[in-house]
Amino acid sequence: MSEINAPTVGAAGNTGADISSRYYVREHHPENGTLLGFWIYLMSDCLIFACLFATYAVLGRNYAGGKTGAELFELPTVALNTTFLLISSITYGFAMLAAQKKNVRGTQLWLLVTGIFGLCFLGLELTEFHALIEEGNGPWRSGFLTAFFSLVGTHGLHVTFGIVWLVTMMFQLGKHGITGANYRRLTCLSMFWHFLDVVWIGVFTFVYLMGVLP
Amino acid sequence: MSDVHTAHGHGHDHGHGHHDDDHLHAHGSFKDYTIGFILSVILTAIPFWLVMTHAVSPGATKALIVAFAAVQFVVHMVYFLHMNSKSEGGWNMMALILTIILLFIVLSGSIWVMFHMNANMMPNMNNDGGAVHGMHDMQ
Repeated sequence: MSEINAPTVGAAGNTGADISSRYYVREHHPENGTLLGFWIYLMSDCLIFACLFATYAVLGRNYAGGKTGAELFELPTVALNTTFLLISSITYGFAMLAAQKKNVRGTQLWLLVTGIFGLCFLGLELTEFHALIEEGNGPWRSGFLTAFFSLVGTHGLHVTFGIVWLVTMMFQLGKHGITGANYRRLTCLSMFWHFLDVVWIGVFTFVYLMGVLP
Repeated sequence: MSDVHTAHGHGHDHGHGHHDDDHLHAHGSFKDYTIGFILSVILTAIPFWLVMTHAVSPGATKALIVAFAAVQFVVHMVYFLHMNSKSEGGWNMMALILTIILLFIVLSGSIWVMFHMNANMMPNMNNDGGAVHGMHDMQ
């Protein structure tokens, strides 16, 4: 791997190039440090969610005389929401496949589809929050609802920023096409988006499904 | 995965001075994403079905839905996030393992500690020393 890329310049008699040629030596670093760095960011984000899950695990049954999860949660809505997020995951995968084929229009189209499913997810979640707050079951009502709104709200906030990033990428692709830098950004967003789906597995299992069970 | 890489590694873009631009590392294939999606749908549908139909006892349902979540987590990691022991020289996997350990400590620690707090505080919340009695038991 440690090849020297510019030996011919040095051979041409320019002694300075011998010294500068050392900067072209390739080392055994991972080729793209950005992806590893972004992965470590995601892992730290994972710890934020771990804290919120732990809070929910502790407070999740403290209803303070208010309504319980079994009374408040509507599983068909949650199932629909889960479906939206899962479909958006595979459509993002198709965007990546289009990007690998250097198909700018295709990538933008799949990003748009992903964004629409993301918005559907967010819309349904906000409707659910709105209905809860309207009925007086806001985050102030009990420890259970505080933990619920913190955890699910933080996930929703991540999805919101994911959609902002999706739109940004659509414009970036339109302006610059699929360059190395844009592909790297798409890969980072891919990790971010799939990561949100992984967190949602925890949310629907431990918050909604467990919450409905006695 | 490697076939995609070779298919797109050559014959594209010229004139991007930087050599990193020239080949796009393929992460996953159509087959990977499809398998991942189908498995995820199945692994999501079964827990919802179990809870909504009360097919088995609540205790068994809890154990089953946690098991399905764990399997789906692995499916997402492998098919969507393309996690393997070789990506980024193994550092991805190391970071993930560290995170899982921390996650386990934070979650199990919180639940354990708070459960014991509850157990010691619950019997008598009025001020005739129920909680103090609990403290004495610990010493």
